[in-house]
Amino acid sequence: MAADQGADGGAVTLTRKDFSSDQEVRWCPGCGDYSVLTAVQLLMPELGVRPEELVFVSGIGCSSRFPYYMNTYGIHSIHGRAPAVATGVAIARPDLHVWVITGDGDALSIGGNHLIHALRRNVNMTILLFNNQIYGLTKGQYSPTSEIGKVTKSSPFGSLDYPFNPVSLALGAEASFVARTHDMDRKHMQQVFRRAHDHEGSAFVEIYQNCNVFNDGAFEQILSKEARPRMLIDLRHGEPIRFGPDRELGIALNDHGEAEIVTVADVGEERVLVHDEHRPDPTVAFALSRLAEQPTMPTPVGVFRAVQRPTYEGELQRQLAVAQDRQGPGDLRSLIESGGVWEVS
Amino acid sequence: MTAETTTSSTRRPEALDRVVIRFAGDSGDGMQLVGDRFTDVSASFGNDLATLPNYPAEIRAPAGTIAGVSSFQVHIADFDILTPGDVPNLLVAMNPAALKANLQDLPPGASIIANLDAFEDRNLEKAGYHGNPLEDGTLDAFRVYQVPMTSLTLEAAKETGAKPRDAERSKNFFALGLITWMYTRPVETILHWIEERFAKNDLVRAANLAAFKAGYHFGETAELFDHPFEVHKAQLPAGRYRNISGNVALAYGLIAAGQQAKLPILYASYPITPASDILHELSKHKNFGVRTIQAEDEIAAAGIAIGGAFAGQLGVTATSGPGVDLKSESMGLALSLELPFVLVDVQRGGPSTGLPTKTEQADLLLAMYGRHGEAPVPIVAASTPSHCFDTAFEAVRIAVKYRTPVILLTDGYLANGAEPWRFPDTADLPDISTPFATEPNHDGEFWPYLRDPETLARPWAVPGTPKLMHRVGGLEKEDGSGNVNYDPENHEHMVRLRAEKVARIARDIPPLEVDHEDGARLLVLGWGSTWGSIKAAVRRVRNGGRKVASAHLVHLNPFPANLGEVLARYDQVLVPEMNLGQLSKLIRAEFLVDATTLSKVQGLPFRAAEIEAKILEMIDGR
Repeated sequence: MAADQGADGGAVTLTRKDFSSDQEVRWCPGCGDYSVLTAVQLLMPELGVRPEELVFVSGIGCSSRFPYYMNTYGIHSIHGRAPAVATGVAIARPDLHVWVITGDGDALSIGGNHLIHALRRNVNMTILLFNNQIYGLTKGQYSPTSEIGKVTKSSPFGSLDYPFNPVSLALGAEASFVARTHDMDRKHMQQVFRRAHDHEGSAFVEIYQNCNVFNDGAFEQILSKEARPRMLIDLRHGEPIRFGPDRELGIALNDHGEAEIVTVADVGEERVLVHDEHRPDPTVAFALSRLAEQPTMPTPVGVFRAVQRPTYEGELQRQLAVAQDRQGPGDLRSLIESGGVWEVS
Repeated sequence: MTAETTTSSTRRPEALDRVVIRFAGDSGDGMQLVGDRFTDVSASFGNDLATLPNYPAEIRAPAGTIAGVSSFQVHIADFDILTPGDVPNLLVAMNPAALKANLQDLPPGASIIANLDAFEDRNLEKAGYHGNPLEDGTLDAFRVYQVPMTSLTLEAAKETGAKPRDAERSKNFFALGLITWMYTRPVETILHWIEERFAKNDLVRAANLAAFKAGYHFGETAELFDHPFEVHKAQLPAGRYRNISGNVALAYGLIAAGQQAKLPILYASYPITPASDILHELSKHKNFGVRTIQAEDEIAAAGIAIGGAFAGQLGVTATSGPGVDLKSESMGLALSLELPFVLVDVQRGGPSTGLPTKTEQADLLLAMYGRHGEAPVPIVAASTPSHCFDTAFEAVRIAVKYRTPVILLTDGYLANGAEPWRFPDTADLPDISTPFATEPNHDGEFWPYLRDPETLARPWAVPGTPKLMHRVGGLEKEDGSGNVNYDPENHEHMVRLRAEKVARIARDIPPLEVDHEDGARLLVLGWGSTWGSIKAAVRRVRNGGRKVASAHLVHLNPFPANLGEVLARYDQVLVPEMNLGQLSKLIRAEFLVDATTLSKVQGLPFRAAEIEAKILEMIDGR
């Protein structure tokens, strides 16, 4: 629990209220964004950070209104550019906690370049990608995560675009922390967010989030209460990956290194893959991300990958320190006079 | 080589007041390198000088072709000069293509030193010559010196053990040695430089030294040249000087401004010609706390700088035209967030990829208007390479004081050109810092858009400060509270407020100085890198006994407060611009002045003579 010094010098415990702004939340009633906001606001007091140490940076889209609702520092920036703006904040102030709020269109379409480069640089930030597989703010066009054949206002004959799998993309972009959660389970969200926050470096979290106006039920086949036991594969570090109402199913790697669903009784427990988040090579994590082509099949959730790699700003700070050591603190006069100087009298 | 050998020549040098030399060769021939060396040695000797590098966009265009020709022009003088010279007095042509590409710029009587070895059939053919210009009378109007530079270099380098192929590459130093003798430059400086620069490669160092000395001795001993020349020191204003290029001056200006603003510099940019050298320079100076980031693209570079500004650092990005296009949305964000942010545009020939390595001034209206919505941005423009230091400082001053994005315009000519710089005493640089907000400012709350009544700047509250948490964004906001606001009247109020904030900067910049002459009825008004050409043209017109006035704008938005009044004093206003008349459009619109445009859009700066001719034409009413 974060503790504040009260007026009497005693410790005051921060609450959700301390992290909530006075702005009226204006998402559509029933939007999945509300549950993510609640999960984040409730989690904040438990992270041991103070509101002024947090910076929420977003792009453009429904979810990108998020920073307005947090009583922290925040920037509602430009469509797709949040990872770049957040990189500037993180580099300038490594002591801050930077969170990026983005969506499938914002992060994967117009801002794809910034996302992948922030991930490969391992800038210390927590990226929450609200994936609702649709453009909501512009009222219902297909997004880069919409399924092929999706009929929308801009694709009356069905979308032709093959969709991105955000977790696969992040793994391919050298992300050091990659996870997935969903808006139907606050506890799971908070576990994942906490891990992401604690991670040193870029932490990428895909959140399956329902848009009840333009793409209602996109994740119904895996997220409905009845479906979850057989459709959600909970990844837990160090444990065999098993699921199903009676945990009768598991994940095993085939001869090609591909992950596949097996019946544990048929193949034997020893063949079930033990999940290892810390595996330096992302191949197995990637194989897990390919289990479900779409969130209509059994889908892994939780932390796919969590490895340690030096952060960009940490290394930059190191270079600054080394430069000071080697060259001494910058002296403007000697810099200007570093070329050949002559005097005219 | 010792100091004695440099004075052993029995032939006494002839004094010249100025000379314009152009080194030209293949882009792989090292012409920029020897041009730089000649410039540096002349600068430290005490000449005034100006340079004009000119090279192809291709790194290695096919050898021997016109497309691959790279040149470096340097003007040295014993008085204060203003331009790299209209026409060369001497052309060093390393091959037929270099001769062909540059011949049309030479006045009759100019000298040409040609590398005889390169004028063989294959090279002549590649350059598009049907005969040999050295033999067929093409060069009758010129004084031509044929020097077998390649073979003499190979001969000289034999003892060093360098392979012929490597030794051949030293021929630019042969040329430099020869020109060093011809113009009586201090030899030791160059020898020392070669020693240091190639310290890690014994063979190359030895070959370059041998080639340089061979060139020098060739001048001394060959009967080809009557005598060397000398250009005495210039009587420049008293002070301490160094030679500097525009991009380096700009980088230093940013470092100085960061120090005087008490803000660490966060410089993010994407490589682009001709702005990359600013990134190269700044990245060397991390000991000043300068953070440099090579971003994934132009857009990210701007976004990173803006993020840095929000977090309390000095966010800067530099680019050229194509990058400015991409940064337009970020400029809009920065001005909506009302955060300090400097965008440097090192202009080059456009549109699109255009002429990456050539200069132009055609981004003025882009800087002025290149954003959607009513989006005014202060604009500052540099006039000379060293002025890039002052304008970088000024751009930062305005950005920080008014919490606004600022565009600094330079161009390829300034970026790569060099001149002696009478640098300031760092103790005289003003403090341009601004305090961060530390306390709530409105009934115990923090209102991020509650403005300073004087400057209209909003408070700058940086993350980490307790009680000042606030959210900013690109959506229209309510004046004062900064809350998202779609109210019609508020929007118009904010649009006018943002315009007023920029307009008020006119109170805070010096009035336009006019170089007036009694009786002058014509004002030549310029901005940016045309400064030298305009000054030189005005000088010539006055030397011819005619009256003319000139003035040069550094602030292009807002204009100096007295500009309208200055314009009204003259019957005629001439605006020379390396575009089709962009400043003319602005002053016509603003002041209803019937300004005349003199355009040049050839990727090259104006020659003084071109402006002189236009001034005379206008004065005489021809």
